[in-house]
Amino acid sequence: MADAILSLQGVNKSFGPIDVLHDINLEIKAGEVLCLLGDNGAGKSTVIRLLSGVHKPSSGQILMDGKPLSFSSPRDAADHGIATVHQFGGTFPLMSIGRSFFVGREPTRWVGPFKIYDRKTANEIAVKAVQNFGITRIDDGDRLVGGLSGGERQALAIARAVHFGARVLILDEPTAALGVKQATHVLRIVNEAKRRGLAVIFITHQVMHAMAVGDHFAVLIRGGIASDFKKGDKTREEITDLMAGGASMAALEAEIDSEISSQPD
Amino acid sequence: MSSSSSFSLGSLMRRPETGSFLGLAAVFLFFTAFGGVNFASPTGAASWLNVAAQLGIVAIPIGLLMIAGELDISIGSIIPAGSMTCAIISGHFDLPIVFGVGAALLLGAVIGLINGFLVIRTAVPSFIVTLGTLFAVAGMTLGFSVLVTGTTSVALKVPEAKWLLGDFIGGIYQVTIFWWLAAILFWGFFLHFSRYGNWIFAMGGDKVSARNAGIPTDRVTIMLFVCSGMSAAFVGLSQAILYNSAQVSAGQSYIFNSIISVVVGGVLLTGGYGSVFGIVLGTLTFAVVSQGIYFTGFDANWASLIIGVLLLGAVLMNNTFRKMALSYAPKKGVK
Repeated sequence: MADAILSLQGVNKSFGPIDVLHDINLEIKAGEVLCLLGDNGAGKSTVIRLLSGVHKPSSGQILMDGKPLSFSSPRDAADHGIATVHQFGGTFPLMSIGRSFFVGREPTRWVGPFKIYDRKTANEIAVKAVQNFGITRIDDGDRLVGGLSGGERQALAIARAVHFGARVLILDEPTAALGVKQATHVLRIVNEAKRRGLAVIFITHQVMHAMAVGDHFAVLIRGGIASDFKKGDKTREEITDLMAGGASMAALEAEIDSEISSQPD
Repeated sequence: MSSSSSFSLGSLMRRPETGSFLGLAAVFLFFTAFGGVNFASPTGAASWLNVAAQLGIVAIPIGLLMIAGELDISIGSIIPAGSMTCAIISGHFDLPIVFGVGAALLLGAVIGLINGFLVIRTAVPSFIVTLGTLFAVAGMTLGFSVLVTGTTSVALKVPEAKWLLGDFIGGIYQVTIFWWLAAILFWGFFLHFSRYGNWIFAMGGDKVSARNAGIPTDRVTIMLFVCSGMSAAFVGLSQAILYNSAQVSAGQSYIFNSIISVVVGGVLLTGGYGSVFGIVLGTLTFAVVSQGIYFTGFDANWASLIIGVLLLGAVLMNNTFRKMALSYAPKKGVK
């Protein structure tokens, strides 16, 4: 197995007096999907923000290819090949597919003394990149992004990240807002990205989706890694219980039941 | 403007300026019907083209700011400030006109710089920031004018600069029309053909994503505010040269008139969508309505009613066309 592209070693993060993450150790390898599971507020988003350069760890370190480094900005992380795709694709609904694909990296050509945006090239490359991920329904780069389905937008965003040389793909709840069929599309794209040798960090609530693509799982509970295991080590029920907080969830349910029964109407 | 190789009615319907084109055609026909032949004659056309040109020079940078997700209403006092600066320097102190023009443009740039800097540093909405500078600049213009000249109106006689800014072509068309044409070409290229236009659309669509994609959003924001400030100062100084005098209060109507032109022209108030050509059509529509009323038998007091109804109608129509553009998918055969 290849060495980790990206790893977190003993990472802590606190905002003022509030400890959000403590002692996080994670490894992400090329061609592997790491599923980051956890309830709301467990610290998943903070892990993403550390990896994508929005925040810096309070202590501990981030290593890329074995070398410690610190991202100064999201742009810096992106330059190191770490791309984050958010729930809604992070794309621009009222821009064309070609234009949004190349935001900040527009291809240009010379017409006489003027350097102009090369719409034709942009559209061709964008459409081809998305089609390579199996979304063949997109064939006109002039269409507006807002007219695409949620799954197609995710595909566009992922294709964009891959096209611009991402090595680590962070997918922040890509299937949360999608229907069953659309979600299947996105999972297929995740597998395609994995096949191409990218390291994928897949953040989700849905255990089913995680189990469909994940090679490696980490469950976060209240800012710490509660469990770290490989594919096939745990059943779906065990994972769901873990995410819900296991025993504490059962205790809470009992508490609510007694609360309700003691309430006079 | 993405010059489509295949021309079709469908693709025309999905452009941001379709609504404003229909609006302009409607008001034009309306006033030609009720205003008689004079309205469409060269003399009649001059009356609304002259109004459109002055408004249009400010409306385009305002529209670009709006596409980028910002708003600038301080132009309402930058116009008289530019006007007074030019008149005080080249009229009251009798310095060469280049100094008056240069100082006015510099003032517009500085106010734009302050606007832009405050917007990016404080994260206060640009409407509030520029509302603040609108009043601050208005107060400063009045204060300094009275302090320096003792009046609120300064004469400016500069026959040597008339050909450039204050003349009439053929006796009726202001030279400003050509400055407007130059502005249209410049901004049209900038927004639709250069790569920077893409940045502006992206900023209006989602500023955080745009920044993460590597766009220097702060610099672009400041640049756009500087451009709108300088354009407003330019209109101010050209008015001073045209009318041979400057008044301290002569620009407030531009605030709403420019916003109306931009919105009628198909620009989305919340940013991310619009075109320079649309803004031009919106400006013409506004000018036609505000001047056309004088060619009809109607009382001119009704002009604002027409503009109000037109604004609402245009926004509704633009929403419809934008939805059509969004839901558009190329027709497929059998899948």
